[in-house]
Amino acid sequence: MNADVKIEVRNLDVFIGNTRALRGVTIDVPARSILGIIGPAGSGKTVFLRTLNRLNDLTRGFRATGRVLLDGADILAPGADVVGIRKRVGMLFALPVPLPMSIFDNVAFGPRLAGTRSRRTLRQIVESSLKAAFLWEEVKDRLNTSSLRLSGGQQQRLCLARVLAMEPEVILLDEPCSGLDPVSTARIEEALAELKARYTIILVTNNTKQAARVACNTAFFLMGELVEVGPTSKIFISPSDPRTNDYVIGKFG
Amino acid sequence: MRIPPRYAQNIAVVLLGGATALALAALVFIIAFVMVKGMPAVNLKFLVDSPREMGRSGGIFPAIVGSFILPLAAIAIALPAGVGTAVYLAEYTLENRITRVIRIGTDCLAGIPSIIFGLFGFIFFVTVLRMGWCILSGALTLAIMILPTVIRTSEEAIKAVPRSYREVSFSLGATQWETVWKVVLPNAVPGIMTGVMLSMGRSIGETAAVIFTAGAALRLPTSAFDSVRTMAVHFYLLAREGISLENAYGTAAVLIVSILLINAASYWLMHRFISRRAR
Repeated sequence: MNADVKIEVRNLDVFIGNTRALRGVTIDVPARSILGIIGPAGSGKTVFLRTLNRLNDLTRGFRATGRVLLDGADILAPGADVVGIRKRVGMLFALPVPLPMSIFDNVAFGPRLAGTRSRRTLRQIVESSLKAAFLWEEVKDRLNTSSLRLSGGQQQRLCLARVLAMEPEVILLDEPCSGLDPVSTARIEEALAELKARYTIILVTNNTKQAARVACNTAFFLMGELVEVGPTSKIFISPSDPRTNDYVIGKFG
Repeated sequence: MRIPPRYAQNIAVVLLGGATALALAALVFIIAFVMVKGMPAVNLKFLVDSPREMGRSGGIFPAIVGSFILPLAAIAIALPAGVGTAVYLAEYTLENRITRVIRIGTDCLAGIPSIIFGLFGFIFFVTVLRMGWCILSGALTLAIMILPTVIRTSEEAIKAVPRSYREVSFSLGATQWETVWKVVLPNAVPGIMTGVMLSMGRSIGETAAVIFTAGAALRLPTSAFDSVRTMAVHFYLLAREGISLENAYGTAAVLIVSILLINAASYWLMHRFISRRAR
């Protein structure tokens, strides 16, 4: 096993009901960097992401074959510790979903699940997580107000802080900026750029420019297949596959 | 012949307004009627004194106690069982034949007349289990009677919690139970409370199921194994046996005011709960 590879995906096939959502995906996700995933709607990007934290288990008719190794251990194996995997692999959803509780309780949700009870420790975690998500300055005086009072961009950064608070190893982002304005998007991207030093990040995005801006490596998915993966500069400047080229220059998608 | 939209609009307003007025009028008339007939009998002594001469004179204090204890005990039994069933149906099972059978079963249970529950409670709790006429028999019977309401309203409330909340909870490493306890149930509380209030109203006004199971004792109960009389039963017996129509109406007035107070208190509690969660 390569020490710099966090997740190894081998021959991953995913079916949702009778639909084949992913076919034979094999990819290495390098540790402590950002892997961007681009591709048109319905290409299997989100299904792929949700397989990595076993969230697809909630989807009816979901079936997967192949192997997904997280630090060498197969997370699809029968008897895998699903809850433990989800604690190591955090996820940020397309739409911000703050839980209807206070800002503090949202961020403390994960640590509390992990058994942290001390109010002081929780305060420290909440503060550092909000700082890492570039939200601390805006909310430090109203941690006990409802998270629903925040704007959309603030809510999404709150959700990022909530993921960071559980100290995951991998962060999955599913089009995290699709509902945000350019300024909020910039804030999130800024946060990601700092976070990649410590976390393995996979960023699914419909915005190819965003992948070009923040991703170290980029993968192109098309109709459930991984067409190509490589350093972002190569994918955007001289892709090997003509379909990748057509997509990144905007011929379709 | 088509009615022009302009007139149709006016006709609709009149018809809908008339329907509302009719419904309100019936309600106001009943409440006003009972209040006018009943309030003269109500004074402090009526509220805190025990009945004398079978209720011909004296107060209704034991019946007030019974009217609060029985529904509260019934809800204390039905709420955990009902919410538990609802959580199981909504969160732990996929929709299949068994859940459909359970659901149809609860719907049928909801439609059964209360006297059947009374008869069942009398045969099963009072006679077979030899518990006799007592608070416990009555509360268990009422609990069975309101269970379908609690289950269905709780299930609807649980299903109304957005799926995305559950996904977030799971993605943060919560187990199924942690998700139910920390995310789903807190957000379903207002809906569950609606069911509780409906059930409370139904059991506080219940006579048939109560008279067969909790009995109609006039003295103040001292344990769960004592018989008790509720205001509804007291009213029924006073009126039916022709003991005292004045005191019957007085009891009815107190009963109506109690129900209003309970509803107001529940709404207040619920709003406090909601606003504390989302300040």
